[in-house]
Amino acid sequence: MASPAIPGRVVVVGASLAGLSALEALRQSGFEGELIAVGAEPTLPYDRPPLSKQVLQGHWEPEKAALRDQSQYDALGVTWHLGRRATALDVAARTVTLDDGEPLAYDGLVIATGAAPRQLPGGQELAGIHVLRTLEDCLAIRADLETASRLCVVGAGFIGAEVAASARVLGVDVTVLEALPAPLARAFPPELGAACAGLHTDQGVDLRLGVTVAGFEGDGRVTGVRLGDGSVVEADVVVVGVGVVPETGWLESSGLRLDNGVVCDATCATSAPGVVAAGDIARWPNNLFGETMRVEHWSNAVEQGAAAAQRLLAGPGEAVDFAPVPYFWSDQYDTKIQFLGRCCPTDEVRVVDGSLEERRFVALFGRDGRLVGALAFSRPRLLMAYRKLLAAKTSFDDALAHAQSPK
Amino acid sequence: MRVVVDFDRCQSNAVCMDVAPEIFEVRDDNFLYILDETPPEALRSKLEEAVRRCPTQAISIAED
Repeated sequence: MASPAIPGRVVVVGASLAGLSALEALRQSGFEGELIAVGAEPTLPYDRPPLSKQVLQGHWEPEKAALRDQSQYDALGVTWHLGRRATALDVAARTVTLDDGEPLAYDGLVIATGAAPRQLPGGQELAGIHVLRTLEDCLAIRADLETASRLCVVGAGFIGAEVAASARVLGVDVTVLEALPAPLARAFPPELGAACAGLHTDQGVDLRLGVTVAGFEGDGRVTGVRLGDGSVVEADVVVVGVGVVPETGWLESSGLRLDNGVVCDATCATSAPGVVAAGDIARWPNNLFGETMRVEHWSNAVEQGAAAAQRLLAGPGEAVDFAPVPYFWSDQYDTKIQFLGRCCPTDEVRVVDGSLEERRFVALFGRDGRLVGALAFSRPRLLMAYRKLLAAKTSFDDALAHAQSPK
Repeated sequence: MRVVVDFDRCQSNAVCMDVAPEIFEVRDDNFLYILDETPPEALRSKLEEAVRRCPTQAISIAED
């Protein structure tokens, strides 16, 4: 049977932001067929950024993190399989198998199973050691922080930094351990990593750089983190934020091309017909930057979910490249960190507004004569103007000239 | 249609201003200002995109 141009049934595996965006885009594009969504968590899609901030600090009850209200979910006309994991994909038979053994046939499939936090050895054997990905994780940390006096965060990336900031706001003593010589040293040049570090040391965080974790101390419940030099950082709660790995385990027997994610073409199509991927799990060539990337940001999940849905509905020759300017933000204490584009530690960096010292600035990243990224601390209006320049492949010199022009 | 912003959620990412500068402006004080609370129908698709892309899901559209 030839695959229909317009699928009759679309299955979306992964019921978080990218999956929801795909479901909504399908309906908004006039798709009237059957929609089935599979989600490992028991809840309808909710928003993850508040889990390290408003919900963790107790300012929001978990319900406020819902991405849509019930009437909006009802209007989508989706059959939800929640609390269910997909365990296998058969691209020839066009079926997804769920963990209760039920096979689901599809005409079109959106893979949006995201990523899971990387664990440290021994990190799952003691109570009080957490990762943060799900609402359940967040509520467990929140409960522990209520009685905690000392939090140790492993990893000074954005999750670790936001958890550290939230805990300081709650009055908990915080130690942050980072293996690299500066926070975010794989992305930013040292002076910008130092600016990120300063946000925390200003607030009394004990930030230890260039240290390794050898293991955890405790009997039943964690009491400390043992470092590579044998010393111990005392802690009654530990949060491990050392990155995520794409949730591709269920696809290993599928024959789909996998390589640190699901490999897609420039239009979000995978190596199997009728199968697209979006969000944290998708690796695709972004032709705006001439780079194959996998992006774990909130905005990418929204935009790529929609793009992948459009790809499923596109007829021959109608597929459009997905070539966005990646964007992320992080709120830590009273500082809003925002980044547009791409960056690496060897990029040329120019501060074009404010200064690193006052922790209010815009910095531009140049590579091979081209503007590739822009970072701001608490300068949202100025930063956002660079999105169009990044999308237009503006030269670094022209971007610097723009920065000097009156706004 | 009327633009509704939940200022308890808004954190001035300025994504809305990038998408629909006719309706939204984040100023140097880092607060969001709604320039046109009842925009014309021609701006609906831009407004819907701003709703969708707002990182804190702070924008909604009221039909009244």
